[in-house]
Amino acid sequence: MSQATETSAAMVDAAQVAAQSRGYWKTVWLRLRGDKVTIACFVVLALIVLSAVLADWLAPADPYKTSMLKRLKPIGTEGFPLGTDELGRDMLSRLLHGGRLSLFMGIVPVVYALVIGGALGLVAGFLGGRVNMLIMRTIDVLYAFPSVLLAVAISGSLGAGVTNAIVSLTVVFVPPIARVTESVTTQVRSLDFVDAARASGAGTFTIIRVHVLSNVLGPVFIYATSLISVSIILAAGLSFLGLGTEPPHPEWGLMLNTLRQSIYVSPWVAALPGVMIFFTSLSFNLMSDGLRSAMDVRL
Amino acid sequence: MGSAEPLVSIRDLRVSFVSRDATVHAVNGVDLDLARGEALCILGESGSGKSVTLRAMIRLLPPRRARLSGSVKVAGREVMSMGERALSDLRGGQVSMIFQEPALAFDPVYTVGRQITETIVRHEKVSRADARRRAVELLDLVRIPSPERRLASYPHELSGGMRQRAMIALALSCRPDVLLADEPTTALDASVQIQILLLLRELQRELGMAVIFVTHDVGVAVEIADRIAVMYAGRFVESGPVGTVIKTPSHPYTQGLLASTVHGAMRGQRLEAIPGSPPDLASLPVGCAFAPRCRHRLERCTESYPEESRPAAAHAVRCFLAATSPEPA
Repeated sequence: MSQATETSAAMVDAAQVAAQSRGYWKTVWLRLRGDKVTIACFVVLALIVLSAVLADWLAPADPYKTSMLKRLKPIGTEGFPLGTDELGRDMLSRLLHGGRLSLFMGIVPVVYALVIGGALGLVAGFLGGRVNMLIMRTIDVLYAFPSVLLAVAISGSLGAGVTNAIVSLTVVFVPPIARVTESVTTQVRSLDFVDAARASGAGTFTIIRVHVLSNVLGPVFIYATSLISVSIILAAGLSFLGLGTEPPHPEWGLMLNTLRQSIYVSPWVAALPGVMIFFTSLSFNLMSDGLRSAMDVRL
Repeated sequence: MGSAEPLVSIRDLRVSFVSRDATVHAVNGVDLDLARGEALCILGESGSGKSVTLRAMIRLLPPRRARLSGSVKVAGREVMSMGERALSDLRGGQVSMIFQEPALAFDPVYTVGRQITETIVRHEKVSRADARRRAVELLDLVRIPSPERRLASYPHELSGGMRQRAMIALALSCRPDVLLADEPTTALDASVQIQILLLLRELQRELGMAVIFVTHDVGVAVEIADRIAVMYAGRFVESGPVGTVIKTPSHPYTQGLLASTVHGAMRGQRLEAIPGSPPDLASLPVGCAFAPRCRHRLERCTESYPEESRPAAAHAVRCFLAATSPEPA
């Protein structure tokens, strides 16, 4: 964290000079360029995404091909650079392929929740009064449940499967996003510049579209980015419980689950999916922090 | 001032704010006429209803909580019965407003230039390029150096005085007939205050605008206004030409206000403060709201509110003392 503040402090002068002559996105880029942590996270994520997308070409072996003879080989075995799992499948190939589902289940529910929760929060925050009460109290009901429990309960009642897992995760993420959007909107709505815009003749719709949305979108978008890591972990948890992805499909959470029994035999291999989850979610978190400071024109 | 039909005409304007616990009567029957090109200053302490009066003129109050009554006419058109569309055309077009805190009155995520051109395009059928050219002229008009570069600046990149100049440019962008200024110099430091005041005064004369200027600072009022209206507890207690009101204040509140400012005071002389504090607007007394703090209080002051009396032609006072003798103690 301290490193991030140091670098951003150094960037302020450069950014201020830049902002006067260049456009907004160029300013953001200039600030990001000096923030090494964010850039590193960005690179790590790009590599993970790219390797997942190109898994078909990158993977040295078939991720579904089992072999009783080659079970639980350690890392560095000839032909299996990251060893094999409890059914003798190549770990490297499975991790590459598994990234697809894990990232998918990390990002998609958050995007859905951003659209639904964002719209609800914006309407509730801007209109206020009864509408706000109705929307926010309904959402509070969902808040009564711990997020993991809620996801498990919904997935459990809908049945296992990727689609149902995404539905349940979306339901889990709508309340926090709506809550954040609502509070930012309420705050923005009462600021002087909204009054000033009205005093210079802007209609309600223009105010929402131009002044409220632009001020709300930044913080909410960044909050949503930080939820991606939570979503990946929750999705992994659902798969771990047998509610998300079904075997034999590779997915990091599910792999962690099935390798659990082998943790005494080959602990390093068993830890690999966890390591992937850890790095991915950490990168998303740190990146959202960096984006926050880069995208705020006021800093 | 003697023109047949005033540009702005307010009759018995009342504003109250309704909440669950109490109804706060912020403005209690304000009458006002403003001629084209005239500068009026509403003077009063904080909470006297001066800002609310200003905002009520373009109905810039929270519609759910604010109850408005009375009549506000701008160039003969009734503002109180205007629809949303007509109101949008009025605001920023014919009547525009400058705010107290320029740092907050600009949207922080857009450049100053974008916000000015946006307003021009909204009100007039001109291209974006033309609007931009006009924005440059406007910044030049309010004496912002290197206007082209400043247009690309974000509000937080400008200094306080610069921001208030830009705010004035924004308010002038569609050549308004009336400019409402809500304590535009309060948030600025003294040296910048004078610059902004002189600028406003100059622009007002150059462009022939009517200006309503709200302030709590007597010095500011003298600097800018042709006419002063002193406000207390949501009413004009005294109004008249600057010279008359300053030289021969007839309402005890105006007298107290003038005595408590540093401007005219002699060195070594003790400044006089008005004893007590402003009344609770949620439960106003029947009679004169200033009576509890007044040194010259009469018996009837607490019983009924005095009618307007006129010591001079353009000078109006609402005080029993002024009604009985032209020069109260």
